[in-house]
Amino acid sequence: MAGRAQIPTKNSALIAMIADEDTVTGFLLAGVGNVDLRRKTNYLIMDSKTTVKAIEDAFKEFTSREDIAVVLISQYIASMIRFLVDSYNKPVPAILEIPSKDHPYDPAHDSVLSRVRYLFSAESVASGRR
Amino acid sequence: MSGQGQRLNVVPTVTMLGVMKARLVGATRGHALLKKKSDALTVQFRSILKKIVSTKESMGEIMRNSSFALTEAKYVAGDNIKHVVLESVKSASLRVRSRQENVAGVKLPRFEHFVDHGAGDVKSDLTGLARGGQQVQACRTAYVKAIEVLVELASLQTSFLTLDEAIKTTNRRVNALENVVKPRLENTINYIKGELDELEREDFFRLKKIQGYKKREIERQQQAAKNFADEQYADISLKKGMSINSAHNLLVVGAEKDADIIF
Repeated sequence: MAGRAQIPTKNSALIAMIADEDTVTGFLLAGVGNVDLRRKTNYLIMDSKTTVKAIEDAFKEFTSREDIAVVLISQYIASMIRFLVDSYNKPVPAILEIPSKDHPYDPAHDSVLSRVRYLFSAESVASGRR
Repeated sequence: MSGQGQRLNVVPTVTMLGVMKARLVGATRGHALLKKKSDALTVQFRSILKKIVSTKESMGEIMRNSSFALTEAKYVAGDNIKHVVLESVKSASLRVRSRQENVAGVKLPRFEHFVDHGAGDVKSDLTGLARGGQQVQACRTAYVKAIEVLVELASLQTSFLTLDEAIKTTNRRVNALENVVKPRLENTINYIKGELDELEREDFFRLKKIQGYKKREIERQQQAAKNFADEQYADISLKKGMSINSAHNLLVVGAEKDADIIF
């Protein structure tokens, strides 16, 4: 329908990552990492020295890049830029929150599930009543 | 609500009445269809939601396993595995393909991962590792499996968001039809009917009035004729000294019997 965002049919798109060192290493081992000619990578390794601004910039860059279809972001990092993540409403790329070693997965803070909370407050996992 | 008393501005003719009726039928049918579509989309929505919740839980599990595998690999192969891996990143061999699927009339995106073998094999580049090759392999397989689950989760999530959007627009249209378009059309139809009735009543009234005039006209003429005839009798009776009755007989009855009396 005219006016609705078109979801591009692409044949090969990358998976971007914003996570701590160990998680990123693991995924790079699996073969997700990509460095192109201009030394631009599709991942951001987060450590104690990374500023919130850098994370914001990386997030904005990954979501505006045409060739990235999925962005994996650790949940505790997502909490740092919660307002950006929550206000993001484009279908592509998809933003996924993953747990990290020190911070197990907490459904109450997931941006997608918290939106659902408003609709199905009785049955949703995100209501925190489980 | 301001929409309750509104109607369209039309000329109240019989043709317009037919047109409005057709539009009302169309609006009713469209409303029923859209309601069905909204129900179908909501069913899909709920099922996707359930799948998302269960997949997220299993994802937590899988990520934990992968982290364990990585820790094992780090323990065995030494800590510089990180640097080796970081250095050896060239071109992604694990990529994602996006397709569009049509579900209940809505185009939903679907991701699937695939391995692009031509983009450089990471295996051959881990030359800095002295030991622990098996653990590294195990770690890699664990992470690849994690990627599979994650890609499916991403796919579910985008479908979820797109469906949410679609349900909102459909519900908006249903509500618009139900609360604005149909009442307006019904009010317009009632208005046209009212105007047509009033025109008919005016016509009827005019007809009756004219009939009344005509009747009075006829009565007046009859009265005038009668008066004229009465005057004539009075004349004759005055001249000949007869009563009006016999004058009447003379004039009317006599003319019928006696052929000789000619006037």
